[in-house]
Amino acid sequence: MVTFIENLINGLSMGSIYAIIAIGYTMVYGIAKMLNFAHGDIIMVGSYAAFIMISTLGVPVPLGILGSVIICLCLGIMIEKIAYKPLRNAGSPLAVLITAIGVSYFLQNGAMLVFGSNTKSFTSVIPASIQTMQIGPFQIKGIAVVSILTSLILVGILQTFIGRTRPGQAMLACSQDRAAASLMGISVNNTITLTFAIGSAMAAIAGVLMCSYSPALTPTTGAMPGIKAFTAAVFGGIGSIPGAMVGGLVLGIIEQLSKYYISQQVSDAIVFGVLIIILLVKPTGLFGKVIQEKV
Amino acid sequence: MKERAALIDRTSRNDFVTYGMVIAAFVIVQILSSMGVLTNQLQGLLVPLCVYAIMAVSLNLVVGILGELSIGHAGFMCVGAFVSALFSNQVGGGMPSLLRFIIAILLGGIFAGIFGFLIGVPVLRLNGDYLAIVTLAFGEIIKNIINAVYIGIDGRGLHASLTSANKLVDAGTGVILINGPQGITGTPRDSSFLIGILLLLVSLVIALNLTHSRDGRAIMSIRDNHIAAESVGINITKYKLTAFTLSAVIAGFAGALYAHNLATLTATSARFGYNMSIMFLVFVVLGGIGNFRGGIIAAVLLTLIPELLRFLSNYRMLIYAIILIVMMLISWNPASRAFMEKHRLGGHLFKKKNTAGKEGE
Amino acid sequence: MALLEVNHLAIQFGGLRAVDDFDLTIEKGELYGLIGPNGAGKTTVFNLLTGEYKPNEGIIKLDGENITGKSPIEINKAGIARTFQNIRLFKQLTVLDNVKVGLHNHYRYSTAASILRLPSYYRVEKEMNEKAYELLKVFHLDRDADTTLASNLPYGAQRKLEIARAMATGPKLLLLDEPAAGMNPNETQELMDTISLIRKDFGMTILLIEHDMKLVSGICEKLTVLNFGRILTQGITKDVLADPEVIKAYLGDD
Repeated sequence: MVTFIENLINGLSMGSIYAIIAIGYTMVYGIAKMLNFAHGDIIMVGSYAAFIMISTLGVPVPLGILGSVIICLCLGIMIEKIAYKPLRNAGSPLAVLITAIGVSYFLQNGAMLVFGSNTKSFTSVIPASIQTMQIGPFQIKGIAVVSILTSLILVGILQTFIGRTRPGQAMLACSQDRAAASLMGISVNNTITLTFAIGSAMAAIAGVLMCSYSPALTPTTGAMPGIKAFTAAVFGGIGSIPGAMVGGLVLGIIEQLSKYYISQQVSDAIVFGVLIIILLVKPTGLFGKVIQEKV
Repeated sequence: MKERAALIDRTSRNDFVTYGMVIAAFVIVQILSSMGVLTNQLQGLLVPLCVYAIMAVSLNLVVGILGELSIGHAGFMCVGAFVSALFSNQVGGGMPSLLRFIIAILLGGIFAGIFGFLIGVPVLRLNGDYLAIVTLAFGEIIKNIINAVYIGIDGRGLHASLTSANKLVDAGTGVILINGPQGITGTPRDSSFLIGILLLLVSLVIALNLTHSRDGRAIMSIRDNHIAAESVGINITKYKLTAFTLSAVIAGFAGALYAHNLATLTATSARFGYNMSIMFLVFVVLGGIGNFRGGIIAAVLLTLIPELLRFLSNYRMLIYAIILIVMMLISWNPASRAFMEKHRLGGHLFKKKNTAGKEGE
Repeated sequence: MALLEVNHLAIQFGGLRAVDDFDLTIEKGELYGLIGPNGAGKTTVFNLLTGEYKPNEGIIKLDGENITGKSPIEINKAGIARTFQNIRLFKQLTVLDNVKVGLHNHYRYSTAASILRLPSYYRVEKEMNEKAYELLKVFHLDRDADTTLASNLPYGAQRKLEIARAMATGPKLLLLDEPAAGMNPNETQELMDTISLIRKDFGMTILLIEHDMKLVSGICEKLTVLNFGRILTQGITKDVLADPEVIKAYLGDD
């Protein structure tokens, strides 16, 4: 029972990192209606940025994280302006999907050039004193607690931002009907840029948490978590922030439990298998809206 | 009467240009090869080029003709590769090598087709990005399981395990067929450029003849407007499955060709992961969705560019990524497309023939 | 026996009864009009008749056969074909291929025959082409039909192509959803001629939804007026249009 609960907490912690990434995915999808395949690679850039600042330059941890967030935020805006915006009216969502793949290649190979292909060992941002904690019979990693708390705080901030502020309301409006939003005087371009900025900033935080959790950092570090977070977003109903949160958590738990109790090798297959079953039962995900096509 | 005869001629003529292009490419490569101009690296790329071109044909059937997005086609290729390699390994010298290879290719195609059908039945009622993610998931599951499974055979029959090859089969009589992450070794190297080109032609004949037939029209009508298709009595499920299954069969052919070009066949991410499926999608979109010829050209160009950029050493993949982004921006940006159309720039590669179904109406 | 018999048809969306207690009888060869203000439930009736929506209550019989609750495909095979208010053509297919998709269930050859180009492929394709051109000629759409994409046709021609495609499925009953919507007077006149022609040449029974009162009074023999999902009145066109209830509800205050 003790191991089960420890596994559950580890799963929740990895899941909350997936959730943070998935929220970025889902927001961009909801508003720009595109699958940003480069999202996972922004996580990687964020991790490298934090690594260079904290481990190499010796910048204090909070400043390092802030720096990483700012770098990713700018990167997200730049990518959107240069690579995605020109194709917004291309007529096929596939065109911008492929461009996103190109951006993903670009970031991975750029990182390969700058940082080399060998694995960097990321130093955890968690103070050594709380690396592992003993709570009752349970041994819990500090990073697990930090990840879960961070994700909850971020979701809280985001929900408040979207529900209470004008730019947040603009985002909501754009996600529902871009044309109508622009007729109401909302700048669709600025709103999309803002969404990319927020999504990328969250990716940076996810990167720092992820590398504190498992320290191996390479140019392809972000790819698989990116894909998994994407499945988590779909799983929760793409476009829905609570959906992405729940999807991320469920995915993390399933992954951890199947790694521990079934097999390390086929845990990915199990995660994807559960996703497929959920989608077949509920074709628009847990929180997705069913859109009836009007005849 | 004349116009009717002309109809069949016109589509056939366009198809023959495509076949001619493939044959011409073969002849040119043969000439260059006999002149000794081709580097070893390029020689080694010839079979993979055919594999990728066939995958472009296969995926175009789903993305361009059926109008659905699949990011799991590497999974079907993986099934074809492993089934065909298992067969060739088991038969070994017991059959003339050409016959063995033909049967292996057919088996690869059939098994991939069975997978395509079985996956298609439940998932094809999803659409758009949901279908895309489910196909991605299936591709990853196939790769993941083949990569983790140990299969052996002995006097008592087939055995499988997810943990190790130890004690899986009787010592002496038993043989390990798939050794987990080590995969299959010792597959005969039956693939050649000639066979690759022939297989590409066969795949093209299947795809093009299907497209220009009663079934093909039904499939494209679903892509263009599924509600109208139903209203004229088109069985949506049946034709979606037809397109998806045939596409998987062709991917299985490509897998067989791929497997018989490798000394060791492993189900790694670099070979059969979602990254490969995405690369096939890039071929299709860049070549012009629904344009089989363009897809093949894009497959060849995008495979050759990294090789031609070898002089850039470390920078080549970065440049490749930039070229990909710039090509997409130039060929799909509304302003640049209008410019090209006005000045009649851009050949078939950049011509958008059909749009995949997703735009709302 | 009537060609189409509808009894007590009803459908509910959430709390709203979009169509309620709807009866309709159409005799073979009739040209019947379904009119009513916007949002009266006319298109919903079409969607019920063609199987897009499943009714909560009521029975639909075509030529004596109960088709209630069947799928759009089965209903098309049973003999109802339709056009759509917002044109739904196969845009990336040629004009000819649009009609050939309509012919789909009347001509057969195997998938193998198409891939291997067996003789049956050439024979059946030729027959399909002949039949398709025959139909397209009626609608004056046969010129360059094999090279023109449906999306490149002018608006009026697109509406006609949709009718041609529906006719290709060999229906007993043709449903036209606002065939004259968005047409100029010339195009409307041409459409009226075409409708008369398909009645004469093919003996087609037609049910149409229309707002253009000139078209309705000009060609429909009988009318049903819908208002708030219920039948206001039905009968001979002349009588219906003279009904003060109809004038009040439908023609309103102008």
